[in-house]
Amino acid sequence: MTDSPEPFIQIRDLHKSFGDLKVLQGINLDIPAGEMVSVIGPSGSGKSTLLRVLMTLERPEQGEVLIGGEPLYSMDGEGHTTLPPKAQFRALRNRIGMVFQHFNLFPHMTVLRNVTEAPVRVLGVSRKDAKAEAMKYLDEVGLAEKADAYPAQLSGGQKQRVAIARALAMHPEIMLFDEITSALDPELVGGILALLDRLGKRKEMTMLIVTHHMNFARQSSDRVLFFDGGVILEDGKPDDIFTHPTHDRTREFLKSVLEV
Amino acid sequence: MNLSLATGAQWDWAFAWEILPQLLSAMRVTVTATLLGMSLAVFGGLLLVMMRRSHIKTLSRSGYWTIEFIRGTPLLIQLYFFYYVLPEYGLQQSAMVTGVLALGLHYSSYMAEVYRAGIDAVPKGQWEAATALNFPPKRTFFTLILPQAIPPIVPASGNYLVAMFKDSVLLSTITVTEVLYTARDDIGSDRFRYLEPLTLVGVLFLIVSLISVAGIRRLERHLEKKR
Repeated sequence: MTDSPEPFIQIRDLHKSFGDLKVLQGINLDIPAGEMVSVIGPSGSGKSTLLRVLMTLERPEQGEVLIGGEPLYSMDGEGHTTLPPKAQFRALRNRIGMVFQHFNLFPHMTVLRNVTEAPVRVLGVSRKDAKAEAMKYLDEVGLAEKADAYPAQLSGGQKQRVAIARALAMHPEIMLFDEITSALDPELVGGILALLDRLGKRKEMTMLIVTHHMNFARQSSDRVLFFDGGVILEDGKPDDIFTHPTHDRTREFLKSVLEV
Repeated sequence: MNLSLATGAQWDWAFAWEILPQLLSAMRVTVTATLLGMSLAVFGGLLLVMMRRSHIKTLSRSGYWTIEFIRGTPLLIQLYFFYYVLPEYGLQQSAMVTGVLALGLHYSSYMAEVYRAGIDAVPKGQWEAATALNFPPKRTFFTLILPQAIPPIVPASGNYLVAMFKDSVLLSTITVTEVLYTARDDIGSDRFRYLEPLTLVGVLFLIVSLISVAGIRRLERHLEKKR
């Protein structure tokens, strides 16, 4: 993936530990704009941590991340990661959105309010415009009729759709999906994956999707990353990785998950 | 008269009825002091818990120590300090204002701990969603976290309301003419009868407390139904 002039996301030698546990051990990754990347690998391999670092929920100890050429994390003279000035940091973070495994909807707000609150409070959109847009996104995820419901009145699948609409309403250029179907009943998973597939096909956002659904990774994404032990062990076209993995570790993993 | 003193005072209904209006009007002072004190504590507690949670070390430390200091010293001493010591530094208010301030400050430290428990109970994912949507910290706290933290702390806050209501009798020691002062200093020492006024004060406290508890239960149920 070195054919594009400057990759939209550039990650250099990224390290993150929790105490003694080294979760990311030198991640290097370039992602061009509009690419849909599936991230697979055993649990604890660092997939989710990479997403959380990109969302600034965790601070890396070492390494650099550039978004559209602007530094989100950079290295100071002593080898520690530093953040850009606050205004720049916040502006950069506005370009990134995330959907979580456990939805994390605001339970005290209606569905509509969940979707409009950030555009109004963070982007300064008028309530009226935010509402019109929110309805568009709720319609997109098939939940326009639930606008006035509270999250507690929705099924898991519906909650996750609202969470996706909420993230979309911020117009992120990068969307991070962290195991978003793992907390759902099996029969609700297909609908969410179809929605992801639709979003990816539009190429409007750069998407990183941590998933356990190998069929989805293979059929819907432009690229697959296989994480193991805090590094990217394999990086390539879905068909290549699923049919000719270069590492034994990848083969073992695929064998174990595809057998189930 | 001597005989009745020796065998204990006899309950006098006529006397009880006679003093009831005076006690009821003094009870209004007690209730007013409590409501004002609690309003102060609700804001003061929030202020203290925000100090404690501040990223600025000096602010969070002083929040912590303020809470511990106020919680760890008796309300009566704080009351005396406000009433007797502060005027020496030119800070003189009426007894009622002094009393309300002392009650409010003292219970601010309890309310701060109540808020803290409520805030800690909000799932971490809520903060993370707020970060992912790029909400500024103040927005996150006031519109996303606090509204979720408050319903669960209504019962504990209600307990403190009732506790403050009962503690408000301490204001009688700084000459606030609340219900105990009226019963003891106005009626008791004037008429040399304490049985009826003190009994009535106790009964009035019980009635108001029971009403408050019922009100808090209703509020709790209302908040539960909303979700």
